[in-house]
Amino acid sequence: MILLELFYTFFKIGLFTFGGGYAMIPMITDEVVSRAWALEGRLIDFIAISESTPGPFAINIATFVGMNSAGLLGAICATLGVILPSFIIILIVAALFDRFNRSRAVKGFLWGVRPAVIGLIASAAVSVFISAVFSGEISKAGFDLPALCIAVGALVISRIKWNGKKTIHPIAVIAICALAGIVVYGLPTVF
Amino acid sequence: MKTQKNKARVCAELFLRFARIGLFTFGGGYAMLPLIHADVVEKKKWVSDDDMIDMLAISESTPGPFAINAATFVGRRVAGVLGAVCATVGVALPSLLIIIAVSFAFNAFRDNLWVDCAFRGIRAGVFVLITNAVIKLGKKLDWSLIGGVLALAAFAIAVFTELSVIYVILAAGIVGICVRLSKKEEK
Repeated sequence: MILLELFYTFFKIGLFTFGGGYAMIPMITDEVVSRAWALEGRLIDFIAISESTPGPFAINIATFVGMNSAGLLGAICATLGVILPSFIIILIVAALFDRFNRSRAVKGFLWGVRPAVIGLIASAAVSVFISAVFSGEISKAGFDLPALCIAVGALVISRIKWNGKKTIHPIAVIAICALAGIVVYGLPTVF
Repeated sequence: MKTQKNKARVCAELFLRFARIGLFTFGGGYAMLPLIHADVVEKKKWVSDDDMIDMLAISESTPGPFAINAATFVGRRVAGVLGAVCATVGVALPSLLIIIAVSFAFNAFRDNLWVDCAFRGIRAGVFVLITNAVIKLGKKLDWSLIGGVLALAAFAIAVFTELSVIYVILAAGIVGICVRLSKKEEK
């Protein structure tokens, strides 16, 4: 029953997402790979689209995965699943705020989880990098030099502080990469 | 009777306010904070600045997307559980509808040469987005030796083993509890 599975999986993901939407990526990769939802290659596209459409990243990516694995109902089940744990927990915690906030166990738990989450997100960056630059398997044949150039170029551009202060918005990074993709891969097929 | 009507009105307004917030934030998370503040604290005076700080503390220390945490918290404050439902559904609904529409478009144009080329470029760039998220989170964190070890261990486990990420998070949390509780006892 794929609808129940979607709901359950995203419920689990919602329950263990500490530190924002990107913390979901390693978990989604885990679950999507271990289940036959046939989304592996497209997950990266979903991440890019979720980042460039309005709304919380977590909701967007859940809806996207649900939609593409089981249609409209799938989208609703996955989204409900990712929302529900937060919803329930906030209702409970808001009622017990003071006791929760002073709890040393809660503070300790988060003290350990926060750095681990950063490590996990970094691992997602590595796996996304590898699948983009090596089209799947790490091999000489699969190596995509233009992709490597785009990735490195985008990283540099995204770290520059324009006007001495602000870095560019993630959506601008995606737009630049899309343009680079069109120029590098598309134009040679025309000329 | 009158209060009943009033509550229904407040709930409808919660729904609309949060739908608007959901519609106009890109990337979600803390990008939402200024909008929530402008609407919920300054304009509607539903909650105070102190409430916002409480809300941030709770969101930071509970799982789940910040947007949902915030909507549930404010909705409950203003109009109880029903208010929480209205605000939460409100903040999620625009995303849900937009992504459903985008999904259709994406699947229709995926095989188009230019769209495919654009996505090949985009795929190379997604790693940049994630890397920048790591840097941003890393800068915010108060690092310690054990924290560094936990981050490296989590990274290595996720890259080199098939172990579920959830176990890594739970294990890190347990280490955190042990370290923090034992430190307090020394004092």
